Amino acid sequence: MSRGPSLQLDDTGRLRHFLTIDGLNRELLTEILDTAEGFAGVSERTVKKVPICRGKIVANLFFENSTRTRTTFELAGKRLSADVLNLNITASSTSKGETLLDTLRNLEAMHVDMFVVRHAVSGAAHFIARHAAPGVGVINAGDGRHAHPTQAMLDMFTIRRHKGEFTGLRVAIVGDILHSRVARSQILALNTLGVSEVRVIAPRTLLPVEARSLGVHIYHDMDEGIRDVDVVIMLRLQKERMQGAMLPSEHEYYRLFGLTEARLAAADSEAIVMHPGPINRGVEMSSEVADGSRSVILQQVSYGIAVRMAVISIIIGTQNQQSQDNKG
Amino acid sequence: MNSSNKISILQGRLIDPANGVDRVTDIHIENGKVAAIGEAPAGFQTATIIHGNDKVVCPGIIDLCVNLREPGAEYKATIASETAAAAHSGITTLCCPPDTLPVIDTPAIAGQIKHKARKAGYCRVLPLGAQTQELKGEKLSEMAALKEAGCIAISNNYAPLANTLVQRRALEYAATFDLLTIIRSNDRHLSDHGCAHEGKVADRLGLPVIPEAAETVAVARDLALAQTTGAAIHFHTLSSASAAHTLAWARREKRRVTADVAVHQLHLTEMDIEGFDSNAHVLPPLRSTGDRDGLRQAVAENIISAICSDHQPHEADAKAAPFPATEPGISGLDTLLPLTIKLVHEGVMDLATAIARLTIGPAEILGLPLGRLQVGATADICIFDPDTYWTVVPDQLTSQGKNTPFGGWELPGIVTHTLLEGRIVYQRD
Amino acid sequence: MQSNSFMNADAVESLVDEMAGKLWSLMNERGIQAPLLVGIRTGGVWLAEMLHQELGLEEPLGTLDISFYRDDFTRIGMNPEVHPSDLPVPVDDRHIILIDDVLHTGRTIRAALNEIFDYGRPASVILACLVERKGRELPIQPDVVALHKVMKPGEHITLTGPEPLGLVIGTESNRESRNGESGAET
Repeated sequence: MSRGPSLQLDDTGRLRHFLTIDGLNRELLTEILDTAEGFAGVSERTVKKVPICRGKIVANLFFENSTRTRTTFELAGKRLSADVLNLNITASSTSKGETLLDTLRNLEAMHVDMFVVRHAVSGAAHFIARHAAPGVGVINAGDGRHAHPTQAMLDMFTIRRHKGEFTGLRVAIVGDILHSRVARSQILALNTLGVSEVRVIAPRTLLPVEARSLGVHIYHDMDEGIRDVDVVIMLRLQKERMQGAMLPSEHEYYRLFGLTEARLAAADSEAIVMHPGPINRGVEMSSEVADGSRSVILQQVSYGIAVRMAVISIIIGTQNQQSQDNKG
Repeated sequence: MNSSNKISILQGRLIDPANGVDRVTDIHIENGKVAAIGEAPAGFQTATIIHGNDKVVCPGIIDLCVNLREPGAEYKATIASETAAAAHSGITTLCCPPDTLPVIDTPAIAGQIKHKARKAGYCRVLPLGAQTQELKGEKLSEMAALKEAGCIAISNNYAPLANTLVQRRALEYAATFDLLTIIRSNDRHLSDHGCAHEGKVADRLGLPVIPEAAETVAVARDLALAQTTGAAIHFHTLSSASAAHTLAWARREKRRVTADVAVHQLHLTEMDIEGFDSNAHVLPPLRSTGDRDGLRQAVAENIISAICSDHQPHEADAKAAPFPATEPGISGLDTLLPLTIKLVHEGVMDLATAIARLTIGPAEILGLPLGRLQVGATADICIFDPDTYWTVVPDQLTSQGKNTPFGGWELPGIVTHTLLEGRIVYQRD
Repeated sequence: MQSNSFMNADAVESLVDEMAGKLWSLMNERGIQAPLLVGIRTGGVWLAEMLHQELGLEEPLGTLDISFYRDDFTRIGMNPEVHPSDLPVPVDDRHIILIDDVLHTGRTIRAALNEIFDYGRPASVILACLVERKGRELPIQPDVVALHKVMKPGEHITLTGPEPLGLVIGTESNRESRNGESGAET
């Protein structure tokens, strides 16, 4: 049985699914970033697409709503000349796993070449990859609290664009690490790409008990944690954390962990500010910072398309070759 | 009495930990009882001879937790299918927890299960009565009636009582009728909707967690309530080393408390859920290697005096979903004895101790005169080859449930004969 | 793979001079004043840089990486060393000189033309190659060639560089190796 990371690599070490950053090496992550550079200019042309995935069908299988992520995947697929199907499947119609498999089989019967999967349950993308027919690639577009690897890679792309390289960088991730698939993937990617330090800044209620084992330094004090960092990544705070006795109030959270110009002054003078969006202004950060000169939040969105084009095309390339090999 | 119910097992290695026996000898059985050990009684005309050479002969295994799935979930397994699998695995007595559909909270359901088991004829089935009506944790069940209908003990199984006052009263009421209360300790609020041990692996995989404290808090609470009420309690399927420590203290204090552990907890850890393997999704969750080692030690030292299968057969669909959305549990009958013998091969305990945890240990917890093989004892017997290895192939399990994380494992121990009350209920071809 | 040097840097440079001369007369003949030079990665870009100087053009040259346009993507997957294409000025209504090192099957040129047209609608495209060999699989012919070379079956010719430039001839054993070469010859 395929387990964990090996599920996403073929026997020559090439990417056939993109489920998690876990188990991928620096060369592979760099290859994704380099390929994304190649795609970055496509959106500035008269014809904003390349023919590389012509005739391929990419199905966006979204069990959880996310207009933004779905839209960037859709654009990425279309710019590669693939046909893109959008399937929003509400939780009520698939509370059981058998329906998930049924959905998969139905789409495979339509000769879909790739699934982009967003699901509220951790491990959903692994499950689908394990059951997908040979030649069908799976991209995890966010599963529960587990992983959101394309978001992490677009963040890495943004950092590399602004900072040149990863070596020597200090990166702080602020907020709800416990529930964040984005943070888990970012931490793995940053460490794999060789930054010098990853810090997480949060109250204990928003940190996993074994957070340190993820490879981070833990801070509970924002002013201390942000000192001299080159990159500040703010995470989104879900409103329901107030109900779950995780935090007393948004007000206190902002007072202790909100990013303001004054706080940002302690970071490196060239520090950039990132956020996976959508921002809660006045909860995670002030509008001043969100719209300020250090913010690269909107660039993250546009880089997201190039990064997703890179991942889709690399995987379709690997899967194609595998089916060619099987025929041969 | 004709000679057809006379059986002699010749030259087997008899291991009967309850009586301190471990020697090669003969056993003669008549009328469902052990008639003699060593020389046959004068005039004993045996009808069936079983050659025990190179095999271990021990009391039939008593499994404290086997979900039969009937009534209510016959698509997963049936009383007939699972009692046959039990016989195949050397198990002669099993307890079935009350969370059937309908729940075992009336004498009628308990009676129905016992009747079907008797009809199948493979294994002695002892139902556990529900602690509360429909297992809802609100109103007490009719425990006295359940006892009269054959329920050996009382349990709320996977729905341990969240309301401490109801728990206290349920313990008091059970104690009135000298009924043992079996508890799967789990603080419902702390475990929330978790599905994995709160530790490195779940933190990395982003799985909702069940902290160790969900067990230790509940164990501490129920020990205090048992002390107050004078009730006898049994902790079922402990999963943490901390809970085992607390239990060791309680046993030193001579509290009326016992415990068992599921055999998979003695082999697997949180690492086994890597890759979101839903076959390793169990409740309580697989914990750290420290927990596994602590549990092994507690079993070796008889702080935990029974090992059970915590058998939970499932249909394939129950495991065919993303990890948190799958149903927990392992189909464990086939692997109970082999995994226990594996502990012997790994130096955790000697063979006699291992057998004790499967026989006299659970018998004493339940207050049954079983799990021992002196002259006059009920002839529930398991005969197995302890040194031959076999490979676990999930699809070839005898249980109707093929859900096991042990697929591909090489395990020692093959059962060759199972005798229930002097009757051969399983014989290997 | 076995490969032998076929031409050294000086010889290659004189071929480039010859290309420049032929381009110059073709431009005069067609009345082209300020063409846009576009090199196909990787060898074509080295040549385009040299020609850019020799022709004394002012506008920056363009580079194409046809990885996203290859017709063998489904067979070989994504090239792990893909670079962005870069056409620094609009191509609409411009005369383009497309430069490649070796013209063989014509498939690279097909891909490059498709890519150029995704940037806009040029007035014309001239194809200039350092080496031309037989084996066309598409109706594509060069306008300017410095060297016509007859190759044996199984042989292939590759431009190496950028410092120093050279032409090597290898025998078929491992066509997929890209190390130190300008790209698979197509």
